[in-house]
Amino acid sequence: MLSATSRAQTRSFWALLGLGGLLLAIGLAAAHYMELHGHAVTGMNNQVVWGLPHVFAIFMIVAASGVLNVASIGSVFGQAAYKPRAALSGLLCLALLAGGLLVLMLDLGRPERVIIAATHYNFTSVFALNVFLYSGMAGIVIVYLWTLFEPARYAWSTPVGVMAMLWRFALTTGTGSIFGFLIARPHFQSALLAPLFIVLSLGWGLALFLIAQAALYAWHGQTLAPEIERRMARLLGIFVLASLYMVAMQHLNGLYFTRQQPFEAFILLGAQGGAVYALLFWAGFVLAGSLAPLLLLLHPKLGGARCTLAASALVIAGAFAWLFVFIIGGQAFPMEIFPGYLESSSFGDGAVATYAPSLPEFLLGLGGVAAAFVLTLSGARVFDFMPNDARVKTRP
Amino acid sequence: MSEPNPSEPKVSPGRRGFLGIAAVGLGGAALAPGIRLIDIANAAQPSSGANPAVRWGMLIDTNKCASGCTDCVTACNTENGLSGGTLPTDSQWIRKIELKEIKTGRTASPPVMCQHCADPPCVDVCPTGASFKRADGIVLVDRHSCIGCRYCVLACPYKARSFVHEEVSDQKPDAPRGKGCVEGCTLCVHRLDQGNPTTACAQACSEAGHGAIVFGNLNDAQSEVSRLIRTLPTVQLRADLKLDPGVRYRGPG
Repeated sequence: MLSATSRAQTRSFWALLGLGGLLLAIGLAAAHYMELHGHAVTGMNNQVVWGLPHVFAIFMIVAASGVLNVASIGSVFGQAAYKPRAALSGLLCLALLAGGLLVLMLDLGRPERVIIAATHYNFTSVFALNVFLYSGMAGIVIVYLWTLFEPARYAWSTPVGVMAMLWRFALTTGTGSIFGFLIARPHFQSALLAPLFIVLSLGWGLALFLIAQAALYAWHGQTLAPEIERRMARLLGIFVLASLYMVAMQHLNGLYFTRQQPFEAFILLGAQGGAVYALLFWAGFVLAGSLAPLLLLLHPKLGGARCTLAASALVIAGAFAWLFVFIIGGQAFPMEIFPGYLESSSFGDGAVATYAPSLPEFLLGLGGVAAAFVLTLSGARVFDFMPNDARVKTRP
Repeated sequence: MSEPNPSEPKVSPGRRGFLGIAAVGLGGAALAPGIRLIDIANAAQPSSGANPAVRWGMLIDTNKCASGCTDCVTACNTENGLSGGTLPTDSQWIRKIELKEIKTGRTASPPVMCQHCADPPCVDVCPTGASFKRADGIVLVDRHSCIGCRYCVLACPYKARSFVHEEVSDQKPDAPRGKGCVEGCTLCVHRLDQGNPTTACAQACSEAGHGAIVFGNLNDAQSEVSRLIRTLPTVQLRADLKLDPGVRYRGPG
């Protein structure tokens, strides 16, 4: 006989699953609409070829790598407070990876040809390498979860955890290198992007983890131990600081080179019509996505579960702002083919490109988030992903 | 086996022979078109592929390119079935760039298209190998394996690639296009493979009397394009990238 709490939980589960499923279905319908009519129905064009779907996809893929850091801290670095959280970390990693790849795949011009991407590889392409890195990541995390759930295999969780940590560094290096190896665009072209993406992933992943963890605790009617909550909040603060440092270095690097100064002025000062990017950078990423969370997380008179949750949400909002500036702003700024000349043409040469995201693009991105949500929700319903701080102490 | 029915007329040896010959004849008539098709298909297979001894390329003399002249652009659009539209989502395989030197005010109006690099970044970044370089230096997109990821569009320093944003109509048989794929200047590969010595843009420019585009084999020291590049000061666009483009410019750059 189910208790009243159990019945209420079951009803809530189906309601949430229904909501997630509906958003996913809307996302799939949006992708179908885009495929039917072509990318002309999106805000993308021949100057800005990667739009909002890439912002969503790259956020989820980078966060998938970062969220697994919780498992690494437990399994690789032996921190007892993180070990019971390793399974949830793995589940979120798989869900985010699936959501991100879904968006990336459905935003292709020919999504039905994804089988070609899975069977024809050009190994000089970072994209092709990433296909291996993404699928390998999923495989390793599945094995890692198996070692966590199967008591007889628990001893293997450390070596598999080490493998997963190394793999996710490679994965995020690969994601950063998608842009870093673009020789055509000097403002992208930097080896700094690989470590920058790794550092960003840590903050984005932990922020998502903290939200998922809080939801799971609330679901089970439990309260997270304040010392653990405090510890994880401080760690998020450190990651946000490190992210700010890396982004600052990226822009200082650009500011130092004369030829890149116009781009930096575009992004940072809103010169040449880059106001929206400057606003998103300063107000979105720096203020709302970094300084406000730092205040909420590290101020001695603030803190607590609510502040941590608010800070986590702000970090995620800041991540979207930063990715929009980085991906869209990086394409909108004109490439220089004839240095020393003012350029103009029918193809947007010399001009800042415009990009206004359309509803289908947004819905596709949201559909990817919904896919990650549905997978997390279902996983958490079927398996026991609830961190059990008491149980870990009895384990070897 | 059933017993022969005595009521059926007996087939005479002569008639049997006739039926046999007729069957062979009918069978032959039925199979011949198929065999003929196989012959055609075999004949259509490229015997040797692109010639690796050739490097197709061109020299564009921007001193001969008048501002506002779009003869090369129009010829390209006509040859390859492009609409000629200039919306941000329209494909443009070749476009005129109006230039004004910031220091001096000097102007120029060169056409820019795929530069058919010896080391093309679009080929490097393509995940499926759909972007490829032929043995004769022509950089193309395989319409059958392009998944439409647009990574090559980001990677090209010349903005030479376009993404087909919507359904295309009035396609030319020799220049297949497709929604959701990336495309760009093919250096009129269909013309070259049919033995035509030049591209549509170079031909139009020449026929209009401008003579700004000279097309030819860069590996042939006797070709006009090689001779001109050898004797005139020319530049490569974004030479700093060391991509060894097959298109050279005389004038700004």
